[in-house]
Amino acid sequence: MVEHLHVDGEEPCVTLDAFLSQSNATAVRLESDEDARALIPYLDRLKLIEIAFPAFRDGRGYSSARILREAGYTGELRAQGDVLVDQIAYMKRCGFDSFAAEKPLSAADVDAALARWPHHYQGAADAAVPIWKLRHG
Amino acid sequence: MYKYDEYDQAMVEARVAEFSDQVRRRLAGEITEDQFKPLRLMNGLYLQLHAYMLRVAVPYGTLDSRQMRMLAHIARKYDRDYGHFTTRQNIQYNWIKLEDAPAILADLASVEMHAIQTSGNCIRNISSDQFAGAAADEITDPRPWAELLRQWSSFHPEFSYLPRKFKIAVIAAEEDRAAMRLHDIGIQIVEKDGAHGAAFYVGGGMGRTPMIAPLIKDFVPLDDLLSYTEACLRVYNRYGRRDNIYKARIKILVHEIGADEYRRQVEEEFAHVKTLGIDPPRAEFDRIAAQFAPPPLDVSAPDDVDRSDPDFAVWLDQNVAAHKVPGHAIVTISLKPVGGIPGDASSAQIDLMADLAETYSHDELRVTHAQNIVLPHVRKADLHTIWQKLDEAGLATPNLDLISDIIACPGLDYCSLANARSIPVAQKIATRFADLGRQKELGELKLKISGCINACGHHHAGHIGILGVDRKGTENYQLLLGGSGAEDVSLGAITGPGFDEDGIVDAIERVTDKYLSERAEGERFVDTFRRVGMAPFKEAIYG
Amino acid sequence: MKLLTGNDLKTGAVTWWTGSDWSIHIEDAADVGEQGEAILHAEEGARRVNAPYIIAGEMTPDGPRPAHIKDRIRALGPTVRPDLTLKPADPTAGDWVI
Repeated sequence: MVEHLHVDGEEPCVTLDAFLSQSNATAVRLESDEDARALIPYLDRLKLIEIAFPAFRDGRGYSSARILREAGYTGELRAQGDVLVDQIAYMKRCGFDSFAAEKPLSAADVDAALARWPHHYQGAADAAVPIWKLRHG
Repeated sequence: MYKYDEYDQAMVEARVAEFSDQVRRRLAGEITEDQFKPLRLMNGLYLQLHAYMLRVAVPYGTLDSRQMRMLAHIARKYDRDYGHFTTRQNIQYNWIKLEDAPAILADLASVEMHAIQTSGNCIRNISSDQFAGAAADEITDPRPWAELLRQWSSFHPEFSYLPRKFKIAVIAAEEDRAAMRLHDIGIQIVEKDGAHGAAFYVGGGMGRTPMIAPLIKDFVPLDDLLSYTEACLRVYNRYGRRDNIYKARIKILVHEIGADEYRRQVEEEFAHVKTLGIDPPRAEFDRIAAQFAPPPLDVSAPDDVDRSDPDFAVWLDQNVAAHKVPGHAIVTISLKPVGGIPGDASSAQIDLMADLAETYSHDELRVTHAQNIVLPHVRKADLHTIWQKLDEAGLATPNLDLISDIIACPGLDYCSLANARSIPVAQKIATRFADLGRQKELGELKLKISGCINACGHHHAGHIGILGVDRKGTENYQLLLGGSGAEDVSLGAITGPGFDEDGIVDAIERVTDKYLSERAEGERFVDTFRRVGMAPFKEAIYG
Repeated sequence: MKLLTGNDLKTGAVTWWTGSDWSIHIEDAADVGEQGEAILHAEEGARRVNAPYIIAGEMTPDGPRPAHIKDRIRALGPTVRPDLTLKPADPTAGDWVI
């Protein structure tokens, strides 16, 4: 389930450039046009990666999230920006586990959205078992 | 045909519930139109000129009679008694009420149908060869692979907010009846050393910047089909342009970085994606393929057809194709009566086609990208009866692949993107060339009309193409020659200055007259054009 | 003149601002002058119209006539299906569009 819907009072994220040039930050923010793979050498010491959604139509962050999870990142992965309730089920499947939406989300709507799908056709970055695997045991 | 199991059914029902909730929130003012628009589009619901328009998916163009009857029912109950079959093998309804949309989706779900991803910047309905499973020239039925792709692409969490829409076609024959290389990804199942694999063509498309997809990989093992597709999509999702809607399709990315660099990036991504276990085991493919098993056709069925009825013989020669099983045939029902609206069918006609499929075609129908309907598995002995029933319903126009078998988008009569009307031009051309003897003299001639640069009417791929434009507030029509969407794929070239509605019909007549005077033995229109070039045609048109 | 048009949110029907309400008949349309933007925002916000926009038109003896063919087709209906237009009994209705 979602661990955080709202976030305050924590260490601010540094930019990717700042992160790559200093060694001690544990929280980084990735803009939608930045390469998630640049973070792969440092995943074991990162506690938070925030991925920007400047507009809900900008879907690059979904790929960034999966790339980080596929590379073994286990820390917090946060979607920040124009994050809408109708997207968070997809975001969660891509590996996001927290959401910092610019326009507040209703907790009830979030729960409904995340409970909507009984199954999933394809494997992704979450633990869901794809339908083809359910069919064949 | 593929039958839903409990999982497939649960997925479409969840979608109906989700969209019902989204419509409720929109009507209650909890979300704005800006937020609602991408949600309704992913359910095929557009706001068009006169009302909402609903586009229903017909996966790889295959339907059974029960589904076809549901399409008629929806036309009757929720629309104005007709539907429009599209160039992507789907059907659209032009007069839908938003408040009815959830009920329509529920009706569709009751017959294993949906409108999922028929619009929006996501992976659209997978298209295929309308003769799949019946064509003599295919190496296998491509539809099980298309179904595998359908399931993989449905509600794909990573690829639902792509830079732009994404269209995939799958074929398995040398003859390309699906305009495969004019898709974002065109997949051709091919054979090498006794094994089947997939040739990937990526970055084709029509629209504002037409491109023929280059070959990216000549042989992808079929056990890697989804992984390779996922790699192709991930590179696009990450690096496709998002700064300019007109440059956001994958064809622009492939063109700008080049096919070699795109291939390099895909191969690199594929090497990684391959480790994720995205492709299901063969058992899943076999489960799907078993449902596309060939129908039990009687190989000893009589192969002779009584041609004594001359009108029937004309239709037989034009609209009936060879089936791979002796004694059988593939019937194409023309939705292009002279003076009619290309692709439109009334509820009664849709019901009739469903009845014919149930009685004579092992309960199967296909929708073609040329906006016609196919009965794929018909006994030759039944052809005359089928023809009589079609004729009574105005569905026996013997014009397949002739100049009056026109592809036309809805154009400015229905579409909010259009700059000019398409249908009246199609009607005038078909009427001008109504004489069947004249059409047959012209032979295979694919005429395609789009009412705007988005090219839903495939004008770039027409032997003769027409593009409607807005010139200072009046409709104007540009003429293109030499395109093809088939295995001899090519893009048409513009002849010169455009014409008004009557002028374009006259210009086409000059073009066809020129062809008749220039052609060599056995040449189709497009062959002559390719041999002699644009100049003689230009001379004929503009003097 | 300037006309305010859009579609009904629930039914999708083409509608025209009459000065006090929405009508499917362009004959009822009012000149919104410089008030168009303000009315548009108020009506859209109240969900009495969807996707509204302002167009140019002229007043003719037959009533308001949009400047662009697209809006004339919206006002009447598809020219290729006279039976589905707002004037199915008038065989010459399509001439108004062209």
